[in-house]
Amino acid sequence: MNWLGRVTRQREFMIGAIVVVVCIAMSFASPYFLSSGNILALLLGLSVEAIIAVAMTNLMVSGGFDMSVGSIVAFTGAATATLIVARVPLLISVVAGLALGAAIGLFNGFIIGKIGINPFVTTLSSLSLFRGLTLFLTRGKNISGLPDAFKDIGQATLMGIQTPILIAAVLIIAGDFTLRRFRFFRQSYYIGGNERGARLSGIAVDRLKILAYTLTGLFAGLAGIVLTSRLGAASMTAGTGLELRVITAVIIGGASLQGGEGTVFGAFLGSLLMALITNALTLLGVDVYWQTFVIGATLLSAVLIDQLGKRRSQAAPAARISGDPPRAATGG
Amino acid sequence: MTDYILEARGITKSFPGVKALDGVNLRLRRGETHAVVGENGAGKSTLMMVLTGVYRPDEGQILMDGRPVAFHSHQAAVRQGVSIVYQELSLVPSLSIAENIFTNTQPVSSLGFVRRRELLDRARQSLALFDLESLDPATLVRSLSPANQQVVEILKAISTDPSVLIMDEPTSSLTDLEIARLFDNIRRLTARGIACLYISHHLSEIFEIADTVTVLRDGRFVCDAAVKDIDEDFLVSNMVGRTISDIYGPRRQASSFGPVRFEARALGRAGVFAAANLRVRSGEIVGLAGLVGAGRTELGRAIFGAEPADTGAMFLDDTPINPRSPRDAIGLGIGYLTEDRKTQGLFLDFPVRSNVAANRLKRLSRGPLVSEPLVEQAARLAVREYRIASGAQGKPVRTLSGGNQQKVLIAAWIGIEPRLLIVDEPTRGVDVGARSEIYSFLRSLAARGTAIIMISSDLSEILGMSDRIYVMKSGRIAGEIVGADASEESVIALATGAAGGVSK
Repeated sequence: MNWLGRVTRQREFMIGAIVVVVCIAMSFASPYFLSSGNILALLLGLSVEAIIAVAMTNLMVSGGFDMSVGSIVAFTGAATATLIVARVPLLISVVAGLALGAAIGLFNGFIIGKIGINPFVTTLSSLSLFRGLTLFLTRGKNISGLPDAFKDIGQATLMGIQTPILIAAVLIIAGDFTLRRFRFFRQSYYIGGNERGARLSGIAVDRLKILAYTLTGLFAGLAGIVLTSRLGAASMTAGTGLELRVITAVIIGGASLQGGEGTVFGAFLGSLLMALITNALTLLGVDVYWQTFVIGATLLSAVLIDQLGKRRSQAAPAARISGDPPRAATGG
Repeated sequence: MTDYILEARGITKSFPGVKALDGVNLRLRRGETHAVVGENGAGKSTLMMVLTGVYRPDEGQILMDGRPVAFHSHQAAVRQGVSIVYQELSLVPSLSIAENIFTNTQPVSSLGFVRRRELLDRARQSLALFDLESLDPATLVRSLSPANQQVVEILKAISTDPSVLIMDEPTSSLTDLEIARLFDNIRRLTARGIACLYISHHLSEIFEIADTVTVLRDGRFVCDAAVKDIDEDFLVSNMVGRTISDIYGPRRQASSFGPVRFEARALGRAGVFAAANLRVRSGEIVGLAGLVGAGRTELGRAIFGAEPADTGAMFLDDTPINPRSPRDAIGLGIGYLTEDRKTQGLFLDFPVRSNVAANRLKRLSRGPLVSEPLVEQAARLAVREYRIASGAQGKPVRTLSGGNQQKVLIAAWIGIEPRLLIVDEPTRGVDVGARSEIYSFLRSLAARGTAIIMISSDLSEILGMSDRIYVMKSGRIAGEIVGADASEESVIALATGAAGGVSK
């Protein structure tokens, strides 16, 4: 396979091409679209979910899945804000918030990796558990009155670019490299590709799975702190539905629920594409209620195109199943 | 009207790269028990799949009661009177006995509700057939013993009132007492005119239960005979058939082996195998034979740390070892080629390169980073050295033939430069060409000093490859034979316990 063929077959290429096409089309359709104000607002809007998508990609590559990230965002945000309001030093509060996110991830990972409960059920429970704790902690009110030093985390700018965008950019670049090149994280692909095979190949499957959930919790915790800082207050509804946006982005970017495939950069492009579509529809004056519909259509098209492409490049599924004669005996 | 309720004539079925059945004949009389025997890969299971409508034959004809029939689906076969009791139970553990027996034929009221009382009554009548009135048909299947689950499975199969009942290795999870009861039940069914097609590895069972027997070998029909006219030797020689040719390559002189590389002393794992003593010298290929379920794979996996041993001791080059995971074992230089390459061995959606790199990412890294050039180099080497179809490099290994897939796995495991390599059914589902290649890879690996334990159900492979053979039976090593002195008879005798007491 030549180099060009290999590149064009990558999901990132396809999504990237669509992103470029949408951008070009929009720059003609709306003069406002390419303004730095619009672009920065768009990137700022997706930065929180992009941060989480970095860790979620690693998790989904390993065949895992986390529904609780939205609740972790709200809970760590509220917990950090509570500590700060209680005059705990800023640095300690932030570190505690991050540790809390990681601890929730560890909790999920332990139940899934060690006890063996299904990831969907486990993290669906966590979604409710930690949303519930957030409601308890905030008593249904926003926690505001946060000091400027804390707000800087999410509101300061460097050369006109807000910190959440910068944080997300650094994590995406570092995360993409890490998942692609580091031996340790490359093992995630093997776990997602065939968990039993990975174990028999000497990969410490349980440990890696638990770590993948812990990292996802940590990144969601960071996202919660960034969001709280940006908004200047912790909200009990922060991050509601965020898990679905993150998972959608990761899948559009080339991952699958079975695991074994996906990249951080692809997930970022998926997130960018969703934000672009929302932005475009707004600028074009399309009814806001259509936005969710279009995102659903995007996700479905991405996975359909991918499946059809795979089918063409491989043997037909029927031929695969009958590829080997059945065996007279199993086990031994 | 003919004597035969079911007749298969000239059945041929090919899969990509394998001719699983080649002109196979089978004639089944009303009310008889007819055994089908053959080595693994002889085509028994494929034939059953054809007879039950799971596969459509490429050529040949099936007649029922003298009339040609075509089974377009499994359901069609069931409707026309062919039922099967699966080797792996097909029951739903969370449903009751009654619901399982009548999975597709539950009595329903005009409103579509299940008539529960009628269902239970009918189940009770079914159970009575096998003197199991004491069993409450509302009991959940999950709480039954394996033997009673199998009874339910049989009742389910005969709930459609078949004229032919196929049983695939029905005794594999039963004790002796339960086997006796099963045979009793089979006799009751044949007395009712049902013809029973019985597939088994256990030759002794065939002489106990079967009236006639058909022998298959390498997908071909060899012969059929009345059981009363033949003996075990006749069956074995017809099953094995071919003289062991040199696809296995020459054995090495025992004097060329190095010191003892691996030793297990009184190794055991509760409920699976016990008191296994085993030694393998550097450069030696040791066969581990025995019936399916004798504990061979479990012993191999325990040495590899996959399901660790809980008693006994192991030594590698005289150093005590205790691998608790495959990761530990690989670190020690122990490799294990799984018997199930699709679910436990390969990463089917990944290309050859990722597969050969899976168990040695560390060697193919520089510092913490995986080195693409090293991976690429390893893949190229594997493709060249192990003659893996080269067009396949970039494609998922799912698309390769069984032989090429197996060679990918062999390449991966030889790639760790193992001190001890355990290969479990190394040529299962592999065509003859790739087989002889795999044998030569194993021979040259041994010549370089690796100790090899080869687990196999293929007798001729065990006899042709092994320098020494351990035969397992019921979780224990029943005996040890020097490879050159071994014969089918001596291995089978140890494996089936014809010589000593029998327990499953």
